[in-house]
Amino acid sequence: MNFGLTDEQEMIVSTVRSFVENEIYPHEDLVERTGEVPKEIADEIRRKTLELGFYACNFPEEVGGAGLSHVDFALVERELGRGSMALNHFFGRPQNILMACEGAQKERYLLPAVRGEKMDALAMTEPDAGSDVRGMKCFAKRDGGDWVVNGTKHFISGADHADFIIVFIATGEDDTPKGPKKRITAFLVDRGTPGFTIRHGYNSVSHRGYKNMVLEFDDCRLPDAQVLGEVDGGFAVMNEWLYATRITVATMSVGRARRVFDYAVSYAAERKQFGQPIGKFQGVSFQLADMITEIDAADWLTLASAWRLDQGLPANREIASAKLYASEMLARVTDAAIQIHGGMGLMDDLPLARFWRDARVERIWDGTSEIQRHIISRDLLRPLGA
Amino acid sequence: MKVLVPVKRVIDYNVKVRVKADSSGVDLANVKMSMNPFDEIAVEQAIRLKEAGQADEIVIVSIGVEKAQETIRTALAMGADRGILVKAVDNVETDVEPLAVAKILAKIVEEEGPGLVLCGKQAIDNDMNATGQMLAALLGWAQGTFASKLAIEGDHASVTREVDGGLQTIKVKMPAVVTVDLRLNEPRYASLPNIMKAKKKPLDVKTPEDYGVDVSPRLTVVSVKEPPARKAGVKVADVAELVDKLKNEAGVI
Repeated sequence: MNFGLTDEQEMIVSTVRSFVENEIYPHEDLVERTGEVPKEIADEIRRKTLELGFYACNFPEEVGGAGLSHVDFALVERELGRGSMALNHFFGRPQNILMACEGAQKERYLLPAVRGEKMDALAMTEPDAGSDVRGMKCFAKRDGGDWVVNGTKHFISGADHADFIIVFIATGEDDTPKGPKKRITAFLVDRGTPGFTIRHGYNSVSHRGYKNMVLEFDDCRLPDAQVLGEVDGGFAVMNEWLYATRITVATMSVGRARRVFDYAVSYAAERKQFGQPIGKFQGVSFQLADMITEIDAADWLTLASAWRLDQGLPANREIASAKLYASEMLARVTDAAIQIHGGMGLMDDLPLARFWRDARVERIWDGTSEIQRHIISRDLLRPLGA
Repeated sequence: MKVLVPVKRVIDYNVKVRVKADSSGVDLANVKMSMNPFDEIAVEQAIRLKEAGQADEIVIVSIGVEKAQETIRTALAMGADRGILVKAVDNVETDVEPLAVAKILAKIVEEEGPGLVLCGKQAIDNDMNATGQMLAALLGWAQGTFASKLAIEGDHASVTREVDGGLQTIKVKMPAVVTVDLRLNEPRYASLPNIMKAKKKPLDVKTPEDYGVDVSPRLTVVSVKEPPARKAGVKVADVAELVDKLKNEAGVI
């Protein structure tokens, strides 16, 4: 067993860390204040990421990516997690589900996404279908050789900048003993397709500038060429490709927690009350001890689940554990960091209140904590027939 | 032309340096180490020369502990071609002094025959600011120090030096030793393809004995102390009080 990083991994970590510190941090206040990423900043981050060969580094080399392993990519995302989500969105990491592209789709979607020429987004959630994906109402009906789509998606991150969106849409319904069950198909939908509108969603407490959008389909006509994977095979592509992406939330939570911790530990060493650094009081120092213990635990849990993917081992439960634990750890760490800073922690002169707000969504998106607990417990009990 | 760039593994510039309780030196246990920032600028300059077609090979040398290999790999990941590690000490706390470093470098220069040696102007750990100058003297080469601009013009190099009160541009004969200052360039990030290639680039491991150089220290560190802590300032009510304090308390006007 070896817990060390290779020389390459060390360099990947240090390059991405410097990139985040130099190219992301300086713009964070602006994004936080305005809720917008100016186009020239977005373009510059994308251009520099492309130059460095990190753009789409999660894709295999044969399609122009860097072919990083799951562990390597987890390290990249961990460092990115330190910076603003709105900004590091342009440190492009297209959805790896695009690997399901076939034939002409590769030239139209996969390759331009890897080259940084087109940006993608992924749409599943609806106002009445959150954790219950199969409850989706957005429906595609056969009409001649095409599909005609009606319905609404919301909370679609990154759709504001997307040139095309991978949308999961119901294409049929089966009667099962448990009641009717939707058949789902993944579609590639271009921005600008008639009958398809992308509009602003809600103002969120977390990740200002990383917008959630609403997608509306009003008799939107899509030919068969837009189907990603098989018709009615939406769950198959989802399971094959989206399985690993939950690690992203875990890795980014760990990265952000480490940044928060740096603030907390240096403040505890510098801030003096009652004639000594507050870190000398156990009330503060023990909080720091708990914080770093939890951060390390989340870090190892996350890297271990990425390692299992690299080894081709089952990792569903481990990924769920990492996502659950890291996101909840981040909530505790950001909260404790504010407690250590006292009133100053709440002021927007420091980024701590932002980290605290941003942390809240991590327990919700990409599968709530409850869904992760469900996955973990089903994995334990199903084999026992319970 | 071959360019030789010596790099030093030093305490990372972001680390808050702590003096050891017994005043024998700086605490290096469990501290992040990185390439000396001025050396990074030298590496960047060498890569730019190569990109401009003025250099064809960049050789990185580091003299120190085995771990200095990581520093060399970082330079290789930025774009240098190969490395030479001279394993001179086992303990990171033992500094190899500038004269010994310069002597080893002089031998390497003899072997490698570079047309230019690019050094950082000084290492941020001990701030000796001596190695480049000593190396030039040992080789009998021209030297241009504190370079904020460098242009190779045939058998000469034009070096703009940051001197007190301004910039001085000198013309030095090649081969030369040039030590670089902060404003020469902004070092690049290592690109992902170069990071992946760095491991495959050759790295020779040598010892001071290979070059017949004695690296035992000539200097004795008597004591290392933290700089005095800055005292809190005072607020003055008006200009008159300020002038009075400057005149009568500080005695500066």
